[in-house]
Amino acid sequence: MLNILYFASLRETLGHSSEHLDLPPDVHDVGGLLNLLIARGGDWAKLSSVKNIRYAVNQEMARLDSPLKAGDEVAFFPPVTGG
Amino acid sequence: MPIRLQEADFDVGAELSVLRHGDARIGAIASFVGLVRDVSDGAGISEMTLEHYPGMTEKALVAIVAEAKTRWSIFDALVIHRFGRLLPTEQIVMVAVSAVHRGEAFAACEFIMDFLKTRAPFWKREVTPAGARWVDAREADQSAAERWLDE
Repeated sequence: MLNILYFASLRETLGHSSEHLDLPPDVHDVGGLLNLLIARGGDWAKLSSVKNIRYAVNQEMARLDSPLKAGDEVAFFPPVTGG
Repeated sequence: MPIRLQEADFDVGAELSVLRHGDARIGAIASFVGLVRDVSDGAGISEMTLEHYPGMTEKALVAIVAEAKTRWSIFDALVIHRFGRLLPTEQIVMVAVSAVHRGEAFAACEFIMDFLKTRAPFWKREVTPAGARWVDAREADQSAAERWLDE
């Protein structure tokens, strides 16, 4: 099971702030998960055109090739704008 | 290394007093306070909402302050960042650094702010007369953070 979180403009675009998902056997990294989400179609397909989307795994910044395992917390969000 | 995320406002003077806490080794404290403006990218701003990533945001700030402590000889650093709904003129963020001399305090304070703006997960949503909009990341903020990587 993955705990997936969506923040800020991505959360509004997708209409979800979080979800639980069983880690599919063919998904091994962040990029694989992103492709699976995009393949849902509808609003999810918009993920493919979001500029500079960021990812974190277990609350550390990650890359598309960062590996995933069951129990991970994965977050997708736009570039940060605090301060 | 106090890191605080809170909805409530903060008292800069009181926070600086706590940071000093009668420590006679401290010769300098540099501080920065970020405020909500009423204009952004040419549009009037009536209010702002700050979102963060509970858990990761704290970790990111701890890591930024720890990095500052490896780069400069400073005693301590304070970071307070608010979240939730904020109005123009309200305080958003405070960073303060104590050191022996001003040079290290100034540099570490600026470094922490530059990295906070580009690495800590916060997102601003502004309300303008045309409706609400998420603030876009600024290239200037990225450049400001990257100049520290060359040093």
